[in-house]
Amino acid sequence: MKTNLYNYILELADNCLIAGQRLGELCGHGPSLETDIACTNISLDLFGQTRSYFQYAADIKGEGATEDSIAFLRYEQEYKNVLLVEQPNRDFAFTMARQYLYDVFHLLLLEKLQFSQDITLSAIAKKSIKEASYHVRFTGDWIKRLGDGTEESHEKMQAAINDLWTYTNELFEVTEDAKIMVAEGIGVDVSTLKEAYYEKVSALLEEATLTIPESKYFQKGGKSGIHTEHMGYLLADMQYMQRAYPNMKW
Amino acid sequence: MLSTKQHIDENLIPILEKVSDPEIPVLSIMDMGVVRSAVLVDGIVEVSITPTYTGCPAMDVIGDDITKALQEHGYESKVKLILSPAWTTDWITERGRKALREYGIAPPLTADADKEALLGEKRIVKCTNCGSTNTKLVSQFGSTACKALFKCEDCLEPFDYFKCLK
Repeated sequence: MKTNLYNYILELADNCLIAGQRLGELCGHGPSLETDIACTNISLDLFGQTRSYFQYAADIKGEGATEDSIAFLRYEQEYKNVLLVEQPNRDFAFTMARQYLYDVFHLLLLEKLQFSQDITLSAIAKKSIKEASYHVRFTGDWIKRLGDGTEESHEKMQAAINDLWTYTNELFEVTEDAKIMVAEGIGVDVSTLKEAYYEKVSALLEEATLTIPESKYFQKGGKSGIHTEHMGYLLADMQYMQRAYPNMKW
Repeated sequence: MLSTKQHIDENLIPILEKVSDPEIPVLSIMDMGVVRSAVLVDGIVEVSITPTYTGCPAMDVIGDDITKALQEHGYESKVKLILSPAWTTDWITERGRKALREYGIAPPLTADADKEALLGEKRIVKCTNCGSTNTKLVSQFGSTACKALFKCEDCLEPFDYFKCLK
C-alpha cells in the first residue's frame, strides 16, 4: 500500500468531513431558513468532496476498505483534520467565522492541488474549486455583515475571531507524509499558502471593521491525531449508527 | 479522459433520454449533460456520468435508473462516476434550458451576468412566472446545491435560479 499517499488523502479529506459534520449539525437549527439551507448545502458539498477522496483512499488501502469504513470506523487519533474545523458551534457568528477561516485556506489549497501529478487528486481539486469559491463568498459575506453590523453582532464576531485565531496557524504545518507527497509533485506545500492566507483574511476583517488578533500563540496537534476534547463527542455522534449497528445500511 | 466531448452510441441515446434527473423530473439526464459517455464494449454498456456538484445526492439514483433503463432494453451495463472534466452549466442543452424555464427554474446566465445577479448588483434574472427582471436574490443557496432562491417583486412569485457553474 502507498502509505504516504493514503495518509495524505486523509489529511485532505478529514478537514472536509469534520467541517461538513459541524455545519450539518445546523440542519433544522439554523437561525433562519435560508442560512439553515446554505449551511447544510455547504456541508453537502464538503461531504461530496470527502466521498471522492475516501473512495480513492479505499482503493489504495484495499483489504475491503470502503468510503464508509474510512469515515465511520476509525478512532479519534486516526483522524488528521486540523483543530479549527472540529471546534463546536456556539452562536452563528462563531460558525461563520470558523467556516470562513477554513474556506479561505481550502480555496488556496485547491488552486494548487489542481496541478497535482496525481490525476485523481487533480480532478477532485478542479471540481471542488468551483464549490469552495462559492463557500468563501457566502461565509465572507457574513463576516462583513455581522462585523460591520450592530454593536452586538460586531462584538460576537470579534469574540469568535479572537477565539478561533489560535487554530489558524496549524493549517500551514507540513506533515512528514505531505513532505514526501510534495517532493513527488503530488501534494501541496501548505507552508507557501500562509502569506496569501493572512493577507486575504486580514483584508476582509478590516473591511468588516474587525480587529486582527495580535496573539502569536497557536494551537496544533490535529494533523498528528491529537485533538481537542470536542472531537470525541463529534465522533460519538457521527459514528453512532455504525458503532451501535455494525454494517447497517439504509 | 480529459475530452469535453461526449461519446455516446447512437442507438443508446433514445434510452438514455428517457432517464430523468430525480430532482428535476422534467429534465432528461442527456439534456442535463451529465452523461459523458455510453459505449458498448463486449456486450456491456459502459456509461460514464459526472456529478453537477460533488455532493449531489441524485447521482446514486441516476446511476440506478440508467442501469434499469438499459436492462429493460436488454443491455447489461456498468456505470462509472467521473470527476474530470468537471461538469459545467454550459453542458445543459437548449432543450434542457427550455424545460427548466417551463418547470419554474430560471436557467443559468453567462458567468459574468451570474456573478452580478448573485452579488445583487444587477436585476437580470427573469421571473419564470411573469418574465419580469425586477427580481431579488433571497438566498445564495436554494432547495438544492445547484440553485439559488429568488423572488419576483412584480408578481411576488418565489422561484429557483440554476446557478452558473463554469
